[in-house]
Amino acid sequence: MAIRRTYLRPMDGWWRRDPFFLRYMAREATSVFVVAYALILLWGLVRLAEGEARFDAWLAWLASPLSVAFHVLLLAVFAYHTWSWFAIMPKTMPPVVVGGRRLPARAITAAGVAVAVAASAALFALATVLA
Amino acid sequence: MRKRSSQPFFWLLFGAGGMLSALLGMGLVLVTGVAAPLGLEPPSVMSYGDVLAFGRNGAGKAFLFAVVSLFLWHGAHRIFHTLHDLGVHAGLVAKLACYGGALVGTVVAAAALLWIGF
Amino acid sequence: MPAMPDTSTHGAASGASPAPGAAPERIEIQVLRYAPGGGAPATQSWTIPWTRDMSVLQALQYIKDHLDGSLTFRWSCRMAICGSCGMMVNGVPRLGCETFLRDLAPGPVRLEALAHFPIERDLVVDAEDFIGKLAKIKPYIVPKEPRGLDEGTYFQTPEELARYESFSHCINCMLCYAACPQYGLDPKFLGPGATALLHRYNCDSRDGAREERMDLVHSEEGVWSCTAVGYCSEVCPKAVDPASAVNQNKTASALDWFARFLPGRK
Repeated sequence: MAIRRTYLRPMDGWWRRDPFFLRYMAREATSVFVVAYALILLWGLVRLAEGEARFDAWLAWLASPLSVAFHVLLLAVFAYHTWSWFAIMPKTMPPVVVGGRRLPARAITAAGVAVAVAASAALFALATVLA
Repeated sequence: MRKRSSQPFFWLLFGAGGMLSALLGMGLVLVTGVAAPLGLEPPSVMSYGDVLAFGRNGAGKAFLFAVVSLFLWHGAHRIFHTLHDLGVHAGLVAKLACYGGALVGTVVAAAALLWIGF
Repeated sequence: MPAMPDTSTHGAASGASPAPGAAPERIEIQVLRYAPGGGAPATQSWTIPWTRDMSVLQALQYIKDHLDGSLTFRWSCRMAICGSCGMMVNGVPRLGCETFLRDLAPGPVRLEALAHFPIERDLVVDAEDFIGKLAKIKPYIVPKEPRGLDEGTYFQTPEELARYESFSHCINCMLCYAACPQYGLDPKFLGPGATALLHRYNCDSRDGAREERMDLVHSEEGVWSCTAVGYCSEVCPKAVDPASAVNQNKTASALDWFARFLPGRK
């Protein structure tokens, strides 16, 4: 067998080379914001355990322009997370056969997004009406 | 027999957190971060007394714990893998930082929720 | 070999195609070239006449036949079934024989060997790793019980066939490996194509070797290197959907991770 002198190309910056990979990185980056929101809530839980004065201070921070602006950004990021989550979810599922035909992935995605919008809207309605 | 990966455990937590955040994330952020602070919600939505009552309720406690903990486990798993994608190969250190961080957050959340009682 | 401009009137005019009867237009083809032991790869470019029916493969053949006989590339069927002519066309994994110059005009067209594989020479890659992986997953029916010839053929319903048929359409073109960044970052990963083939046999009602194949699936180099980028299924010329094969096996592997603790399991 002849000696092979092959050339291996480097992977640096691979995700910048294609719009598909940029969208993938955007999807993965939503996790940073999911953690950020969880930490804000966790901070609130700790403040809750510390008593009314401390909890009210957390509420006051939430009402600050910086926090509200950040949460508007979070809203957009969570919306993208919802869409990208249900876009990839069908790949993890075995084929769903309905009436003899296989359910297409985009139907599962659409259903998932619809349920998510409904669930989030229900949560908002619950908080606004029942509280 | 090849060595089994430990990833399935973290992947299921990632999936649970991902699903919960995909379904309720928008609503939660809207209520807690935009609507309530701007006064668009009834004051009782996030007042100390009402949140305390919610947290003392068994179902409320479970809900708050699930949201905080699962969101952290979701992020930990994805951030760990994204570090690898970006060429950061800190291996065990990255694993401890990511999953360890989620564990610490989970413990703190549980402690706070137990501290406020029932 | 294209000699006359295409004068047919059927099919939509695609903007950049030459008018009937006119002299052929020219397009620039850039190829990342490499010779073993010849230093880092470098781009060489030729400008060739083209017609609206020409594929990238035909462009390469024109260059090799008329301009530079040393240009090296794999090809065979020129009809997207042999899987030989995979390459990067403007940064996207494509089959050269079913990628058309009319869709890339006015050019230049950048051609490179399939990503994530070591370059052997010009557009030829070292595919040994992929071939080894195909063999590793037991790509054959292992009967559930010993079966004699006198028992006749297997029977399979259309529903049983449907469970694995799409995964059997793989032509081993390796575009999915060129698309997969996880394979590029760590070639130990079994990868989309081999996992799709593994899944094809696991889903075949005639086969009984699922447990043996799952051993590979459960490992770090199995499905757990995948991060569901999904580009593999996007570039597959045969709609095999390898992303689905890999990620369905994540679910199976995760469920099995817990199920093995249940009583009654070996």
